[in-house]
Amino acid sequence: MKIVTICGAGIGASGILKVNAEKALTALGLTASVVAADVASVRKVSDDANVILTSQEFVEAIGDTYAEVIVIRNHFDQGEITAAVDRALGEH
Amino acid sequence: MPLPPLPDDAVVLGTSASSWRDALRVAGGALVTSGATTEPYTDAMIGLVEEHGPYIVISPGLAFAHARPGPAVLRDGLAVVTLASPVVFGHPHNDPVQVVLGLAVAGVGAHLESIGEIANLFNDPTVTGRLAAATSADEVRTIMGASA
Repeated sequence: MKIVTICGAGIGASGILKVNAEKALTALGLTASVVAADVASVRKVSDDANVILTSQEFVEAIGDTYAEVIVIRNHFDQGEITAAVDRALGEH
Repeated sequence: MPLPPLPDDAVVLGTSASSWRDALRVAGGALVTSGATTEPYTDAMIGLVEEHGPYIVISPGLAFAHARPGPAVLRDGLAVVTLASPVVFGHPHNDPVQVVLGLAVAGVGAHLESIGEIANLFNDPTVTGRLAAATSADEVRTIMGASA
């Protein structure tokens, strides 16, 4: 499984999301690769992604994708991010 | 790697900013004054918001200002700016901004360790408010676990 995190430069906001998504995977006992990227690279990095975590500002630019696009409001809220990863990748 | 250094020059407390651009100019200026970046880095930080919107307001009250690595980055650097009056960036959920965290990274890859430190730090929801209330650079460094 693969999670892609997207922001403007592929460094800051998406880096925070990557770190916190990895903590979420550990907490949930799930395994997935997590890649942070800028929105300009979204096509290239997300063709095999299951989930894209991002901010509202990038949803339109991400456009049509097979991945589930989830908007994170508070990038430091581990509860919000873990719930999003669980909803998308957990066994229910 | 721990956080980049946070010298006194990189901490600006209780500044007045009339717009998000002003607030980012102060953060960019702190990175320049403390020797981490040159002026074009500040323009690049503002340019990212002009291009993509206020997404850098990644949690309530906190703007995480940065741009890409490049010739305008002299070394990894961190800056903390607190605003005397909160500033609206136009974010749908996390406005208004009380604290601007500026980051410069010299290269992509190793920066994830600093990003990891920042994530661990701000996973504590009290940190932004404590930084906003700080009255000295020493206090900011203590809250962040950063060195001068």
